[in-house]
Amino acid sequence: MHDILLLLSLYGEAVFAGVLIALSCALLGVNLVLKRYSMIGDGLSHVSFGALSIGLAVGVAPMAIALPVVIIAAFFLLRASEKEHLHGDAAIALLSSGALAIGILVSHLFQTNMSVEDYMFGSLYAIDRGDFILSVVLALCVLVLFVLFYNKIFAVTFDESFAKATGVHVSRYNSLVAVLTAVTVVVGMRMMGALLISSLIIFPAITAMRIFKSFKSVTIASGILSVLCFLLGVILSFTHRGLPTGATIVVVNLVVFILVTLFSKKRV
Amino acid sequence: MSILLEAKNICVSYEKALAVGDVSFRVEEGDYICVLGENGAGKSTLLKALLGLIPLKSGEILPHNIKPSQIGYLPQQTQVQKDFPASVREVILSGRAAKTGKLPFFRDKDRADMKAYVQMLNLKDILNRSYRELSGGQQQRVLLCRALLAAEKLLVLDEPAAGLDAVITHEFYHIVGHLNKEKKVAVIMVSHDIRCAVREAKHILHLKKEASYFGPSEDYVKTRDYHYLLGGCCDHA
Ligand SMILES: Nc1ncnc2c1ncn2[C@@H]1O[C@H](COP(=O)(O)OP(=O)(O)OP(=O)(O)O)[C@@H](O)[C@H]1O
Ligand SMILES: [Mg+2]
Repeated sequence: MHDILLLLSLYGEAVFAGVLIALSCALLGVNLVLKRYSMIGDGLSHVSFGALSIGLAVGVAPMAIALPVVIIAAFFLLRASEKEHLHGDAAIALLSSGALAIGILVSHLFQTNMSVEDYMFGSLYAIDRGDFILSVVLALCVLVLFVLFYNKIFAVTFDESFAKATGVHVSRYNSLVAVLTAVTVVVGMRMMGALLISSLIIFPAITAMRIFKSFKSVTIASGILSVLCFLLGVILSFTHRGLPTGATIVVVNLVVFILVTLFSKKRV
Repeated sequence: MSILLEAKNICVSYEKALAVGDVSFRVEEGDYICVLGENGAGKSTLLKALLGLIPLKSGEILPHNIKPSQIGYLPQQTQVQKDFPASVREVILSGRAAKTGKLPFFRDKDRADMKAYVQMLNLKDILNRSYRELSGGQQQRVLLCRALLAAEKLLVLDEPAAGLDAVITHEFYHIVGHLNKEKKVAVIMVSHDIRCAVREAKHILHLKKEASYFGPSEDYVKTRDYHYLLGGCCDHA
């Protein structure tokens, strides 16, 4: 208990921003997983890494470069998956490995202080005031927009052609999901790293889908699970000094997933 | 009576094969049109083209006094992923997703209308069930309910009776007839139940890539097309 208070007093802001991002990831994750876009979070976080390192190298505010680049990449990836020109999964792999390589080269050449370690797991405790405010504002935008358009997002995810035939602006909502995902990934990437972001998108959604059968309950459960796992991971890593935060959170998610799978076996 | 939709010389093709060629007709308020034809005649394709789901190769579709959000649609096939978590209630209500405009939530009216249709289609007991766990016929009923809920001015149905039991089929024709007469909802329906189509609909569109017949159903029974289609029925005497 004492440790938790200490954690909050030292890194309250970071934890708060992390909770919001975990929540955004989980809500969008349900949608992305159902549309078979699970790997998009992963791909985008690599792109985000590439863009962030270029931003650091040229001395521009990294977010200002990363946001537009990742939004464009998100559009491209969602389109590629739809149109099947390139195979969607191949497009993701191409883009993400390319961006990762560029990021590492640039970081190396310009000696920026962004290490591969940072990229994998982010630096939750290293965020400054500006990043904090930006993260909170962006994450809140994601959450509010998601709630406002929840019904339309459901309709589009469940049956795109019915939604289109009956006047839902399908491409508008697909774009909305793309932009929200991109924003979440860029913000989350800086704080929590590529590994954590993609698992925050996938794990809570998959776990919730094992337990619940309606879209609303899956979405809510996914959000709650994500926040709980995030907090548990942060606390564990803080109380057991030396445990890397990002990896701990991923493992907590994994354990919860395995437990739920075991206990819900009879239903599947 | 006002015109809702006008199809002018529409052609649709998949890659190179022409599926619908040069079809023209108009849909007016309160119309009841059945689209008949053999398998592969292009019926589903025509409906999809009308709804803007597939591009036209040539021709045009002119909507007059109708917005897409006033249309209800029942596809012939709906591929929903096996693991999609959605309750029957959520699926049905999604028929109103476009109608709430900028409102983020469904209105009381949407829920009340849903209740009424749910009652009629006898879906009350499965409202909270998971859609993916229903039988084929039950799923069809749910999608039908969603289409009815969405249809304000036009109801587009692709083989709605496929998989329904006799009781619900009867009830279904009754509901559609009622909507058509009382609420002036125009209906375009693809069907393979020729006798029933002729009995229920005011107009028949017979499709063989082109429209080989479009006119009142009373006159349709005098055509060769009608007898050709009926020829396949065992009870034809
Ligand atoms: N997605 C598709 N790609 C290529 N060809 C298609 C596609 N869908 C339909 N076709 C072809 O277009 C033609 C018309 O198909 P359509 O589905 O409109 O027939 P239909 O009249 O609805 O038949 P049914 O009574 O079996 O439902 C068929 O020859 C079919 O092979
Ligand atoms: Mg068909």
